[in-house]
Amino acid sequence: MVPGVELRHVSYRLASGATILHDLSIAVGGGETLALVGSSGAGKTTVLKLVNRLLVPDAGEVCVQDRDTREWDPIRLRRSVGYVIQEVGLFPHLSVADNVAVVPRLEQWSGDRVAARVRELLDLVGLPHDAYATRFPDELSGGQRQRVGVARALAADPPVLLMDEPFGALDPITRRQLQQEFRRIQARVAKCVILVTHDVSEALALGDRVGVMEGGRLIWHGEPAAIADSDDARVRALVESALPVARAETPRRSV
Amino acid sequence: MSAVVRFWVTHERELATLVAEHILLVAISTTVAVAIGVPLAVFATRRPRLASPLVGIANIVQTVPSLAMFGFLLPVPFIGGVGARAALAVLVLYGLLPIVRSTIVGITTIDPSIRLAGVAMGMTPRELLRHIELPLALPSIVAGVRVAAVVGVGSATIAAAIGAGGLGQYIYRGLSMVDSTVILAGAIPAAVLALAVDGGLLWIERRLSTRRQARSRRTAIAVATSLVVVAIIGSAAFTMRSPNAIVVGSKNFTEQLILGEILAQTIERETGLPVQRRLNLGGTLICDRALMTGDIDVYVEYTGTALTAIFHQPATKDSSAVTAKVRDLYAASGRTLLPPLGYDNTFAILVRAADARARGLRTIEDAAKVAPSWRAGFGYEFLERPDGYPGLAQAYGLSFRSPPQVMDLTLSYRALASGQVDLIAGDATAGLIKGLDLVRLEDNRHYFPPYDAVPVARAATLLRYPRVRLALEGLSGRISAAQMQEMNYAADAQHENPADIARRFLAARRETP
Repeated sequence: MVPGVELRHVSYRLASGATILHDLSIAVGGGETLALVGSSGAGKTTVLKLVNRLLVPDAGEVCVQDRDTREWDPIRLRRSVGYVIQEVGLFPHLSVADNVAVVPRLEQWSGDRVAARVRELLDLVGLPHDAYATRFPDELSGGQRQRVGVARALAADPPVLLMDEPFGALDPITRRQLQQEFRRIQARVAKCVILVTHDVSEALALGDRVGVMEGGRLIWHGEPAAIADSDDARVRALVESALPVARAETPRRSV
Repeated sequence: MSAVVRFWVTHERELATLVAEHILLVAISTTVAVAIGVPLAVFATRRPRLASPLVGIANIVQTVPSLAMFGFLLPVPFIGGVGARAALAVLVLYGLLPIVRSTIVGITTIDPSIRLAGVAMGMTPRELLRHIELPLALPSIVAGVRVAAVVGVGSATIAAAIGAGGLGQYIYRGLSMVDSTVILAGAIPAAVLALAVDGGLLWIERRLSTRRQARSRRTAIAVATSLVVVAIIGSAAFTMRSPNAIVVGSKNFTEQLILGEILAQTIERETGLPVQRRLNLGGTLICDRALMTGDIDVYVEYTGTALTAIFHQPATKDSSAVTAKVRDLYAASGRTLLPPLGYDNTFAILVRAADARARGLRTIEDAAKVAPSWRAGFGYEFLERPDGYPGLAQAYGLSFRSPPQVMDLTLSYRALASGQVDLIAGDATAGLIKGLDLVRLEDNRHYFPPYDAVPVARAATLLRYPRVRLALEGLSGRISAAQMQEMNYAADAQHENPADIARRFLAARRETP
């Protein structure tokens, strides 16, 4: 397997003592997409933050490209890991092109190379450069912002991509469209992707493998096709809740 | 209003200098406050536990009245004393709070997801600050700068009390002459300046918060920066002090302004040396301090005041003994008492002429009998001085219906004339005694020491410029009490300019040697 991300017996606790992750182990190779699914508070986002060392595990180890995150220079590590955060977090004072160009510029790419990369990425995420490059985040729809967020995360061509509810706040039509786009893009860029979602059908549609989390534990993982065979009642309940796709918009639990 | 315009036209050059000084004070102090305040605020956002004590301290500083702040700074070395340097220190302190607060607010109110995105993208704390936090906080920072600059324009008028120049000079001069034309001549340009600064910075603030035009942001920043630079260079060129000018000081009432002009014009005429006027300093101790630190070279003091208020010695009655003693005390601290000007400006206990006639009052002793049904109003200094009210009350057994009101010395004459108070302590030479039909009561128990008007200079200055000593010695015994009162009357009652009065006096003196 091409080296990607591996978590070995990872536990993470808050300063208050509350345990967020219990002895969690999972590996994702290059070109592979792992979809983590679970309800709010299951610890999904914590997994992502451990990968780019926004957090450091209390026990076990997190390896990115076969190196423990604690051995990485955190700045280098984060520039090698694209991160699409839940709220997108585009920089409101920068144009679309400048948002995408942030990491390449921090890496001191030449102006020509940055410009070419921005054009390539905006085309890749379906936002024609000429129409969108000079716009500002508040002039975009939610779906367009998500696309810019993805382009920005991919800008410096990082081997690893983390996506936290990237399509969470979108209407169902845009969401379906972006999911298809994601598959197309992933087929081309072949990154090691960890995608977090609370939506089982999304996880099943996008993940090469799926991990089900609950209460800080990974209670099941495997290929999407195998999930229906699980004998864990909690996993089955989760799958059944997703089956009638038409009622996908179940009211979200907020914690 | 037309009187104000006429005043501006006739004082065109002086007005331009004062406006330039004012702009310079505000521009420099605001720039320094930004240079200190923004890094301080950034530091506070990195150490959240420091942020609230920091803002707390800045808040407390802000609540200290500016005049008191100047007072606190008087004895502080390097930044203290009198003159522009001390004024800048105070204005910087005042400017810090709004800038620190708005910068902290600007940075801490940035959407956490934006900061998370920056960190997750591998920005170092410095990159995050430079590319994300400062640009997003910029409109808020500029709003703080705007507040600081507008407050600065106002506070800078008070800086005139410690001789920093600026438009406050007209305001103080007008107050001491009770001349609203002169007050307005300073207050109107100050208000216009405040509005212009407010409007200009508001424009920049708006520009900066319309996030869509990156180019116009850059233009706004460039415009702001170049305006500040032009303001500083331009005003500095205007107010540049020639290095070997003799600096003449004065206290902040009419007689002192005229005396300051008499000294200044005498030095100018007889020695040809450049003279800088730092008139209207806010009180005896400020003048004394300024003389000590070399911020001024010479001013006119009164022997009794020097003896009691500056050197804290018991008052004595004999005029030449007091002068000799004060001369020795000054000499011991590197200052030289020049020959007396010729008159004694003692405190005059004043009442309305009508009251004096009706009750047959001639002496302070007479007044002590009716005083329990009266109200009194005294200047700040008189209430506190060892040769002031407490001793007087004891010497004559004086008491009033209520504790004496504290009021500005010059305003107290008007307060007496208009019946708000019934007894005041004025200057024997005050022009308003005649102008407002007041009567001076005789100090029949000889409470007050002699107050011979006498120039005090830095010994070092006189050594370096012997001609200055000669010129000032030429004033020895040349001003009588009647002449001084006449000059005060010309200023206070007829609203003549102190410089013109001094010029006329000196010209007349040359004709009749």
